[in-house]
Amino acid sequence: MSKTNDIIVIKDLYKHFDEVKALNGVSLTVERGKVVVVIGPSGSGKSTMLRCINHLEVPTSGEIWIDGKQLGKNEKELNATRAEIGMVFQLFNLFPHLTALENITIAQKVVRHRSKEEAKEIAMQQLKRVGIPEKADVYPGNLSGGQQQRVAIARALSMNPKIMLFDEPTSALDPEMIKEVLDVMLDLAKEGMTMVCVSHEMGFARSAADEIIFMDEGLIVEHTTPFGLFNDPQEDRTKLFLSQILQH
Amino acid sequence: MDDRHTPVIKDNNKQTSDVPWWFLALILIFVWAFYIFYTRENYSDAFNFIKIGLRVTIQTSLIAYAFALMLGLLAGLGRISKNIFFNNLARLYVELIRGVPMLVLIFFIALVGVPLLVDGLNGLGAWFTTIGLDVLGEPLNAFGNKAFTMNGRAIFALSITYGAFLAEIFRAGIQSIGRGQMEAARSLGMSYGQAMRHIILPQAVRNVLPALGNDFVAMVKDSSLVSVLAVRDITQVSRLYAGSTFRFREAYVTVSVMYLTMTVVLSLLVQLMERRLRKDV
Repeated sequence: MSKTNDIIVIKDLYKHFDEVKALNGVSLTVERGKVVVVIGPSGSGKSTMLRCINHLEVPTSGEIWIDGKQLGKNEKELNATRAEIGMVFQLFNLFPHLTALENITIAQKVVRHRSKEEAKEIAMQQLKRVGIPEKADVYPGNLSGGQQQRVAIARALSMNPKIMLFDEPTSALDPEMIKEVLDVMLDLAKEGMTMVCVSHEMGFARSAADEIIFMDEGLIVEHTTPFGLFNDPQEDRTKLFLSQILQH
Repeated sequence: MDDRHTPVIKDNNKQTSDVPWWFLALILIFVWAFYIFYTRENYSDAFNFIKIGLRVTIQTSLIAYAFALMLGLLAGLGRISKNIFFNNLARLYVELIRGVPMLVLIFFIALVGVPLLVDGLNGLGAWFTTIGLDVLGEPLNAFGNKAFTMNGRAIFALSITYGAFLAEIFRAGIQSIGRGQMEAARSLGMSYGQAMRHIILPQAVRNVLPALGNDFVAMVKDSSLVSVLAVRDITQVSRLYAGSTFRFREAYVTVSVMYLTMTVVLSLLVQLMERRLRKDV
């Protein structure tokens, strides 16, 4: 049985899209407060695994346990669990018809049933935390990529999630904006948030990750520490991948 | 500054090809029409007779459009629903309606559909009476075909017809919103319905407002079809006028100008709205 400290437990996860076999038996346990960085070539199944954790993708087979509860087919329970899992997307996915502040308050009001005032107060706290309280009344279309992603992080945090999932949060950003997003993520990691990040930011992995997972062809090839990954990779595929991304 | 280096900027506004001549011509037609309505007795007579139908035309268009909006939204949501029953029901509705000419549909719904509905209600009432539920049985039995006026049937028919068109507009609008919006909303714990209502639909409706506006203009014109049910809209009233006075020219000039006035004004409003929306994005 899982210990209570294991906040995410993935057992023998398979996900097949018609012909494409995205996940072929992934098992993983993440302890509370740990930061796990997932790397791997494109098409290796890292994003699919992340999206299975909050059932944005429904697995073909296998089990997902979040904080001792198994995710199932019950929509109500699923919605409640999703509210506990924040997710940050590669393309931000802010709601363009709402201001930055409204982006952060809407789910608080609709899902958490918080009052307008309370939601607004929490939203402003989160906007301050990500460093852009002055952008509260600006629409996403008038924000830079880095600012949009920070609003997206604030939006997820305002729900007081137990877990944060990051799906390549800096891949769509201009180079000069990557740091402002990574800084927010670093702070979050220091505060003890449980995080699973699909990311190729090796600097972030080195300084924030407790564990690193290398995936290829829908399988976890190597599960190690940042030190282990950079100094002593075990598998040939890991070595090849690292040589390709660290060459420059 | 050296004049030679100043680029020559063509003032496009001053080119004769850019003047909206068609619009000026349209205004001229209006001016001419209203001039003769005012000065010629035959025409002012026709105008005064036919304008009685304006209320019915406007009322029919507005009410039918309001119902069509509701029906269209429901059917549009059905078209994208993963629920097999609703999805297929919505598809069947849209295909059935779009495959039959509107004129035939209006005859069918008003003269076949409504009597069938009345029969059904009466049958239900009889059944309620036999099981002893007179409270429900009596009012249902009391329904006769006369309970549904031709005006009501016309509105009913137009609503059902336009609901199918609007369903496709709503469907397209919803599908124009990227998948990421639904995913972001669901990842925050919103249910499908909450995500639809708060995130997807506000964006989708905004995107299709011009299309909805254009369909309202079309509805105003198609409301003339209800004249076949002897509903006294401006088309029917102008037919009556022409029939009794043999002033065909006066009758049909007048009714055409009335439709034109309404549709041109509405189209301009839709264009204005479209420009506004584009500026905001």
